[in-house]
Amino acid sequence: MTAPDARYPDRLPPAFTRPGSSSFVDFLRSHAPDLLPGAGPAPQSPVSTPHATTIVALTYEGGMVMAGDRRATAGSAIAHRQIEKVFAADEYSVIGIAGTAGVAVELVRLFQLELEHYEKIEGTLLSLQGKANRLGSMVRGNLPMALQGLVALPLFGGYDHREHTGRIFSYDVVGGRYDEHDYHSIGSGAVYAKGSLKKVWHPGLDAEDAVRVALHALMDAADDDSATGGPDARRGIYPIVVRVDATGQERIADEQLATLAAEIDALPERSREV
Amino acid sequence: MTQPFYVSPEQLMKDRADFARKGIARGRSVVVLGYDEGIAFVTENPSGALHKISEIYDRIGFAAVGKYNEFENLRVAGVRYADLRGYSYDREDVNARGLANAYAQTLGAVFTTESKPLEVELAVAEVGADQDSDQLYRLAYDGSVADEPGFVVMGGAADKLAERVRARWTPGMSLPEVLALAVQVLSGTGKDARTIETTNLEAAVLDRTRTRRTFRRLSVHTLTELLDQAPAQPPEQAEEASQPPAEGTDAANGTASSPDHP
Repeated sequence: MTAPDARYPDRLPPAFTRPGSSSFVDFLRSHAPDLLPGAGPAPQSPVSTPHATTIVALTYEGGMVMAGDRRATAGSAIAHRQIEKVFAADEYSVIGIAGTAGVAVELVRLFQLELEHYEKIEGTLLSLQGKANRLGSMVRGNLPMALQGLVALPLFGGYDHREHTGRIFSYDVVGGRYDEHDYHSIGSGAVYAKGSLKKVWHPGLDAEDAVRVALHALMDAADDDSATGGPDARRGIYPIVVRVDATGQERIADEQLATLAAEIDALPERSREV
Repeated sequence: MTQPFYVSPEQLMKDRADFARKGIARGRSVVVLGYDEGIAFVTENPSGALHKISEIYDRIGFAAVGKYNEFENLRVAGVRYADLRGYSYDREDVNARGLANAYAQTLGAVFTTESKPLEVELAVAEVGADQDSDQLYRLAYDGSVADEPGFVVMGGAADKLAERVRARWTPGMSLPEVLALAVQVLSGTGKDARTIETTNLEAAVLDRTRTRRTFRRLSVHTLTELLDQAPAQPPEQAEEASQPPAEGTDAANGTASSPDHP
């Protein structure tokens, strides 16, 4: 193969026509490993980079909702006010990220492409479980960086067409994948968000209430965690809330979130008047 | 010790071209037609799983005729090429011209260096902001590329079918119109005419009104609905017989002159 390749440098290299794999990550690993996230040596000393924070996810009757605030911090400073941390992974699943923003965003980009690549090559969607497993192995690939403090963890959720429910998966740094029931939260404000979810989430929520509960949990986290940004009506910055059900996914409009945020803000337990 | 027979390069290339053409002519034709809101791909394909038409990238589609294993391999290579490019630059930086080029180099290299040429013919289409900026490339087994304005017909009897499309196709036709035209052309005329069941058609569009991924397969249900919306097709003029069979004109290489259909 070397002679024709030398004479036809523009010919597609053998890696492109090699059959057998529907994975873009595997293709990158064999053809252009330098393009994989985390390629090259991990930094030897701690680096200060923007951190993305709280993500909440919960299931409801026939789907799931994921919401993320818009703040990124670097140390005690606010690095970004409008960062996006919740993304559509494909038509029926969403991914939210917490931790080192740069690493996490790259992970999401590759994961989205991985799902699309599989869909185009196989002509069919991966099962939700398959997507979750795939993400686990990609998280594991970031372990060398994570050991140097550049941790990025996803929260993954979507609609499972086989079980007809919304499902949520969380991960640890070594790629361990955990099925979460009912609701889950990751990031610096997760403790407060989970406390809130424990009280306001209940089985059999409908789609609209599910969005309200997710927003409520985020606002509770923002109340107590300095790295989590609440809804900012003055600047018009609202969390990103995505809902997934059997028909696909939908990002909740800012106007609707503004109304809900105002309602939640007006609840008696949130006002500090005695 | 035997001396190998001398075969002139002309003869060698001609034999290979004839071989590839025969393989391609065995397959059912594919028609790719531009319409006002996109580009439509139609072919006869009884299999619902082995596709001849597929998505490459956001605005790029792919159609092929010939040997399935060979064009499937090229299709996967195209998806990898496009995804890699989009990943290392940006989604906007993936275009059909680059892909057509990579295909042409590959087909050309195989044609001249390997013992057997690829028995495939490909179409690569990119939908633009309007019909004038659509791009349609047709790639032959020997790596020759043709930039086709408006439509592409490939496969067995391609020249004859292309003539019939050329007579009827105009820019600005609607989707039901081009689908009806494609089905009529694929069904043949005169004594060869037959009816193709909608269930045996594979059809897809690159829809310029969609954002991001514009490729969409047309299900049997959608296709039936669209074909019902099409205005009744005027019967074709019966001047088929008077036309000389267009021989050896489809490939830009001009090495072979045998008809590419039985």
